[in-house]
Amino acid sequence: MSLPNGMPATRPAKKKLDLQRPLDELVEMYADIPDKSFRYCPGCGLGMAQSAIMRAFHRAGVDITKVATAGGSGCYSVMGHYFKSSHIHGSHGRGCAYATGLKLARPELTVLTLQGDGDLLAIGGNHFIHAARRNIDITVICFNNYNFGDTGGQFAPTTPLGSKTDTSSLGMPEPAFDACKLAIGAGAGFVARSTVAHPAHLTKMIADAIEWKGFAFVEVMQHCHVLWGRRNGMPEAMDMMRFYKDNSVLHLSTVPEEERFDIPVYSEDEKDVKFVLGVLHREKKPEYTEEYAKLRAKAMAKLPAKVKS
Amino acid sequence: MTKRLLLGNDAFCEGLIAGGVRFYAGYPITPATEIAEAMSRRMPQVGGTYVQMEDELGSMSAIMGASATGVKSATASAGPGMALMQNELGQAIVAEIPLVVVNVQRAGPGIGNATRSGQMELMQSRYGANGEVPAVVLAPSTVEEAFWLTVKAVNLSEMLRTVVIVLGEGLLGLQRAVVDLPDDYGEIELAERPRPTVPPAQYLGNYNANELSDVPPIADFGSGYKSILSSVGISRRGGGDISVLGLSENDQDFTIRRLHQKLLDRKDEITLFEEFMTDDAEIVYIAFGTQALSAIGAMHEARANGIRAGVLRLISLWPFPEEVVRSCCAKARAVVVPEMNLGQARLLVGNALANTGVKIVGVNRVDSITIKPAQILDRTMEVLS
Repeated sequence: MSLPNGMPATRPAKKKLDLQRPLDELVEMYADIPDKSFRYCPGCGLGMAQSAIMRAFHRAGVDITKVATAGGSGCYSVMGHYFKSSHIHGSHGRGCAYATGLKLARPELTVLTLQGDGDLLAIGGNHFIHAARRNIDITVICFNNYNFGDTGGQFAPTTPLGSKTDTSSLGMPEPAFDACKLAIGAGAGFVARSTVAHPAHLTKMIADAIEWKGFAFVEVMQHCHVLWGRRNGMPEAMDMMRFYKDNSVLHLSTVPEEERFDIPVYSEDEKDVKFVLGVLHREKKPEYTEEYAKLRAKAMAKLPAKVKS
Repeated sequence: MTKRLLLGNDAFCEGLIAGGVRFYAGYPITPATEIAEAMSRRMPQVGGTYVQMEDELGSMSAIMGASATGVKSATASAGPGMALMQNELGQAIVAEIPLVVVNVQRAGPGIGNATRSGQMELMQSRYGANGEVPAVVLAPSTVEEAFWLTVKAVNLSEMLRTVVIVLGEGLLGLQRAVVDLPDDYGEIELAERPRPTVPPAQYLGNYNANELSDVPPIADFGSGYKSILSSVGISRRGGGDISVLGLSENDQDFTIRRLHQKLLDRKDEITLFEEFMTDDAEIVYIAFGTQALSAIGAMHEARANGIRAGVLRLISLWPFPEEVVRSCCAKARAVVVPEMNLGQARLLVGNALANTGVKIVGVNRVDSITIKPAQILDRTMEVLS
């Protein structure tokens, strides 16, 4: 018997989430903050997302010196500097393409992209869908704050229809992307969503994504109360945390009892659900660097290299 | 050495491999497509990787990622593909990631004339990216030179921690010629980027420069060092704070000037040129790429007619070798610059010879038809009369 989306009914022995470990210890192990200060707004969700990523590193048991991250422009763009891992901080939207090069050149690295919703889904959309299609073993983490925060709060492809931003003062006229559906449609093997208001669940989603062999995508609902919230009736960080808490349900396929984290379970009757959390899609398929390694071995065997490498 | 009949684009490809490139990201575009095709076959044979990206922005970004891990990486493009690449090109130059980009120039602006040849991207190679970034540009004239110059480009990119553009032309990329290639690429001398010599705990990052001429070490991703490659333009002098969001005025000044100065201080190693009979030349033809061959033809005809003509074939175009132009034209009354554009090299030559009184004229074609020696000769007669 298996659950929907091919998730096996019998699961391997559960690893401890280790949520009790003090943050200071994790900071010591995984973080490196060059100028000893964070460049996030007070109350920003990025700090919570960052600590979830550190806990996920710990849970997944990665060697931080073998972790490479990539990102571009946005509020999140400083995050890559704050880990002990290596990081490419390049231009807006190219994270998935940097990561493709990193992973293909050194498949032994654990490669993540840290990207905002505007970065990943607007200017970087093409790289995102093609990295998903290739099923290359990278983890794409999208911090969805509903707007372009770094430039002062303009609407992004994720801004909800009707909501107010700097460039949609009369209400957002365009429908929004569902980033997870886009990822599934493009061929991603592992697609999950969580929010910064559910740190334990978020940690597990990111850790599972890192451990997943193949393209993994995690959409992190991360509040921007300063720009989006203020214009849409949620001016405090806690307003938006409550907004996530009150409107989140768990996807049916991700509900082994011990991992529900007190989040209500999705039922088909609910029409007004905003955030369906959990692993939305899980599908094993051939991984690109492994497939390329086979191709390379064949090419090398067929025609001995004329070149000393 | 073995004689081989080789396509110009294959010469670029073999040059990259001989130079040690083991990662190539490509996107098909005429007239550079054969490089991607050849690399898709050759890369896995030599233990490397070929990836076909979704666009030229993607291929530039992928090679930035690959080079960050210490694997020598390259791509090639043309025309509108090069225009797209300018974004990442600038990022890579500022982030000081060693890369080689081959531009097999097509003709014309916009989509242009894809199957035709031109020399219209001399200025784009230097001024195409945003901000004040420098460039290293090498332009081969023959298929055999395309091979050796591409090897040199890989070496320079590593030595200088920058992007080196090999400025080819459709005419060169799509011509076949008999060339001498080494039997064993292993005998070719290769350069490696400076890597950290201190343990990870003492490493001050990839931008730890104190002098404007410094090329600081760069740590491979995954090698145990925290390696940050940033196109913000991180400057870290004497172990001060890293600025992760923008730079102070002083740091920005230092960063931009260093990007240029590190090249200028090594100009002797970058500058390549060839002189023919310039010692007594009253008229000097200054040309690059395929059109330099027409200039040499014109020189012989001029000499046969009793005109003391000489040729300066520019091989490295950026940083522009002004001193070389000046010394070659010391006895010249006039300079003719034949090129397949409306006078981009002439502008640079004019700049180099400012206030010398030397008359500078061009022979310019933008119809993709190669300049004939007779045209250069006609211009010579006009100038000298």
